Amino acid sequence: MEIAVLLKQVPATESMIEIADSDTAIKAEGINWVMNPYDELAVEEALQIRDAAGGAVTVFTMGPEKAVEALRTALAMGADTAVRIDSEDRVLDGLGTAKVLAGELKKGAFDLIVAGHRAVDDDNFQVGPAVAELMNIPHISMVIDQEVSDGKIRCTRTVDGGTLVLEAALPALITTQRGLNEPRYASLPGIMKAKKKPIDTRPLSETGTDPGDPLVTTVAMRLPPQRTAGQMIEGDTAADKAAALVKALREEAKVI
Amino acid sequence: MPKGILAVTEQVDGAFKNISFEVISAGKKLGEDLGGPLTALVMGSEGEAIAAQAAEYGADRILVANDAGLNDGLSDACTQAVDQIVAQCDPAVIVIGATSLGKDIAARLSARLQAPLAMDCVDVRVDGGQVVSTRPMYGGKVLADVSLSGSPAIVAIRPRAIEAVAASGAGEVETVAVSLEGTVLTLVEKHMEPGKIDLTEADVVITGGRGMGGEDFCVVENLANTVGGAVGASRSAVDEGWRPVSDQVGQTGKVVAPNLYVACGVSGAIQHLAGMASSRVVVAVNKDPEAPIFSKCDYGIVGDLFEVVPAITAEIEKIKG
Repeated sequence: MEIAVLLKQVPATESMIEIADSDTAIKAEGINWVMNPYDELAVEEALQIRDAAGGAVTVFTMGPEKAVEALRTALAMGADTAVRIDSEDRVLDGLGTAKVLAGELKKGAFDLIVAGHRAVDDDNFQVGPAVAELMNIPHISMVIDQEVSDGKIRCTRTVDGGTLVLEAALPALITTQRGLNEPRYASLPGIMKAKKKPIDTRPLSETGTDPGDPLVTTVAMRLPPQRTAGQMIEGDTAADKAAALVKALREEAKVI
Repeated sequence: MPKGILAVTEQVDGAFKNISFEVISAGKKLGEDLGGPLTALVMGSEGEAIAAQAAEYGADRILVANDAGLNDGLSDACTQAVDQIVAQCDPAVIVIGATSLGKDIAARLSARLQAPLAMDCVDVRVDGGQVVSTRPMYGGKVLADVSLSGSPAIVAIRPRAIEAVAASGAGEVETVAVSLEGTVLTLVEKHMEPGKIDLTEADVVITGGRGMGGEDFCVVENLANTVGGAVGASRSAVDEGWRPVSDQVGQTGKVVAPNLYVACGVSGAIQHLAGMASSRVVVAVNKDPEAPIFSKCDYGIVGDLFEVVPAITAEIEKIKG
C-alpha cells in the first residue's frame, strides 16, 4: 500500500506562548518545536499498516526549513521518504494549505492518507477533511481503530456521546485521535538510517498549485483573561471545609 | 448576491442539541447587521416534529431535510445535504455548531465551496462590513480575531460559548428534498451512551486526576450524580488507564465550559488548564498545597479528596433534601 502522512511542526503543548509585537502572531523565539502530537499517531499508524500490508510511507509537510526536523523524526520512526513543500514565507490559511497538499498528493497514487485531526497551534480541524474534499475521496475523522482489507478501510471513530464504525473504499483519508496507537520512539539505528533517507524539497512557487490569497486573516491576537488564585477554604475537618465551600458556591458564586 | 444567514442545527433522537439554539442566536445577531432572512436547517426524519422550536430563537424560515439517511450523523451525507441547501439559499454566512459532526461538515464545505472557515469560535460579529470571529488558538492560550473574506463565510461555533437568546421569528417550516446519491461512507455499527451527559455541553464537570490513585472514581461519580454533572479525567488518569480517552479534559482531550468545574486530585498542568479555562467557577481539591491548580481556581481546598469530596456531596444533598 502506498501511504501518505500529512504532518506539521508545531509548538510543544507545554510551551508558554507570548504575542509578538505585530499583535497578529505569536513570538517564535524560545519555543520547543515538535511534530504535532496527532501527526505522531498518523506516522505510527501508517508504519503499522505498511509493516502488515507491504508498501511505503511518504510523509509530507508544508513549512519552513526548520520543519525538516519533524520530517527527520518521522523518517527515524521508519517512514520511507519525506517531502517538504517550502512555503517561501507565504502566509496561507487552512484552505490554502489543503490546496497545496492536495496538489502534491495527486502527483502520487496513494491508497491511504493519514493526518492528525488537527494541529495544536491553529486548532482548525480543517486540513485533513479539506484535502479529502479536494481529492474527491472519502474521509473519516477522529479514528481510534482501523482495519484495511479488500480495498476498503473500516474505522472506529469517536463522535459526541459514543463511537461509530464506518467503512469507506480506498483511496481514502483518515484523521487520528488519541487512543489510536502509542507512537514509537525513534531508535538510535532508526535515527542513523534516517540521515540517509531522501528529503525532497519543493518550493511552493514550483508546485503548480496557486493557493491564492488567504480568505481568513488574523487581525488581532491577545492573551485571554488569566485565571488568578481565589480563596483557600479553611476548616478543621473535611466536613467543615465542605460546608464552607458549598456556602460560598451558593451565596457568593451563586453556582448551585 | 449572497444574502442572509443559514444556521445548521443538529438533532439527536428527536431532540435538538443545545448548540443548535446557540447557533441560531449567533445567526440572528449577524443578521441584524448583514440583513436578509435567518434560515435554520434541520436534518433527519425526526426533524419535522421539532422544527418549530427554531422559531423560538428567531428563525424566519426553517427547512427540514427529513431524509432518513441523515439520521446517523454521517458526515458525507450531511455535508451533501447542507451543500444543496446552500445552493438553494445562497447565504452570506453559514453558522454551524463545532461539534464532532459540525467540524467535519464545515471543513469539507470550506473546500467544496472555496469558502473561508473560522473553526471553534467563541464569538462572531460584523465589523466594517466583514464577518470577524474570535477563536482560541494554541490550545486556548491565545484568542485570535480572524476576518473572513468572501461568501459564504462559514463560522463553526464552540458549544456553550454563545448564549442562546429567545427571540421570535416567523418560523415558516418547509420540508425539502435532498439527494444523498453518491455518498461514500457506510455505517457498520453505532455505539452511543444514552443518558451520559456530554462533557462539552455539561453545566457541571467533576474531574478526577492522578490523585485518584486508581480506577475507583466513585467519589467523583457520586458528586457528579448529585449535581447532575459530567465526569472528566485528567491526562494522567487516562494514561494510567483508569478512565477512557473520551473522558479526558485538556488540550489533547475535550474543552469544557461549565458553570462549575471541580478538579479532584488534579495538579493543574498547562495542558489541563487549556481544557477548562472557560469554566465560570473552578474549585480544586488536592492534598498538595503547592499544586499549580491552586493559583488558577476560585476556591481551593487542601485535603484528602477521599474525605473532602464525599463531604461536599453530603453537604449538597443536605441542601437539596
